[in-house]
Amino acid sequence: MSTLLKPPVNSTDHIRGNSNAPLELVEYGDFECSDCGHAYPIIKTIQQALGDDLKFVFRNFPLTQIHPHAVNAAVAAEAAALQNKFWEMHDMILQNQKHLESEDLLLYAIKIGLDPNQFENDMQNNALRAKVEADFESGVRSGVNRTPSFFINGVKYEGASEANELIYYLKNKLSEVGSNF
Amino acid sequence: MLVIGTPAPDFELYSTPDQKLKLKELLGKKVILAFYPADWSPVCTDQMALYNETLKLFSKHNAQLIGISVDSKWSHLAFSQSRRLHFPLLADFEPKGQVAKMYGVYDEREGIAERALFVVDEKGIIRWNYLSPVGINPGADGILEALESLDKVPVLQK
Repeated sequence: MSTLLKPPVNSTDHIRGNSNAPLELVEYGDFECSDCGHAYPIIKTIQQALGDDLKFVFRNFPLTQIHPHAVNAAVAAEAAALQNKFWEMHDMILQNQKHLESEDLLLYAIKIGLDPNQFENDMQNNALRAKVEADFESGVRSGVNRTPSFFINGVKYEGASEANELIYYLKNKLSEVGSNF
Repeated sequence: MLVIGTPAPDFELYSTPDQKLKLKELLGKKVILAFYPADWSPVCTDQMALYNETLKLFSKHNAQLIGISVDSKWSHLAFSQSRRLHFPLLADFEPKGQVAKMYGVYDEREGIAERALFVVDEKGIIRWNYLSPVGINPGADGILEALESLDKVPVLQK
């Protein structure tokens, strides 16, 4: 029922694209959720279509009881972030959603060029688990009711999660707020 | 829909195939009553999967969540096992919808409970309610805000 993103995008978030873009798309996602896997190429298409007018933010919303690997996958992405490779791990996981055991995650870490020892240490880091939980709680407070849920410029998006609908909505929004470019 | 300030009507419904739960047994805890249309339907499944994950946030406020629909105890058992739910689903099955009717959230035309939420305080008084459009999952933010505001003010004296 809440429709506003709480808290707003801030320095703890992972941002892809132009951080000063007039459009801001936030996804609350679960790395093991098939609908989030479906959304992954859609987001890529949207980013290509909107270029520097869009920044994309991913926040964790793992549904642990139906997706037993979701938290570990989320922590793996946060661990990769400590080595400045959040998005590389995010992409790797969403392209391989059926293979998210610990050894798979380690393999992905190596593939994207992380220091594997550091990665394995960080996987045990409770602060990263706390970050994932804090993301989840922020989603609950923002009214997230399924995954993926999207917020556009801070307001919950209730339309269809397909490329055409999202691009149409974002372009309309852009004509309201104005392009920087 | 029963209004805020009303004592929550007591009821006794099956929570498992051989156990019943009485609302009165939960006095001393806050109770979140989540009426919903049907096990297995897409929106209800999303809603119950979400609440399953927010139980830890509810329990910080000494609150127990209960789902209620007109489905049978056997449907509830299968649904609950398939989604690994960690809270009871009550079967408002016979007489059909009796509890939903007591709370004023029964859809006579469809023969199902509406998608309605109540927060009942430790003394059994309804302190928050919300009726969601049937196709919309109301999320958990309203419940959390209600629980937080209850913890900020002293419990109403009867």
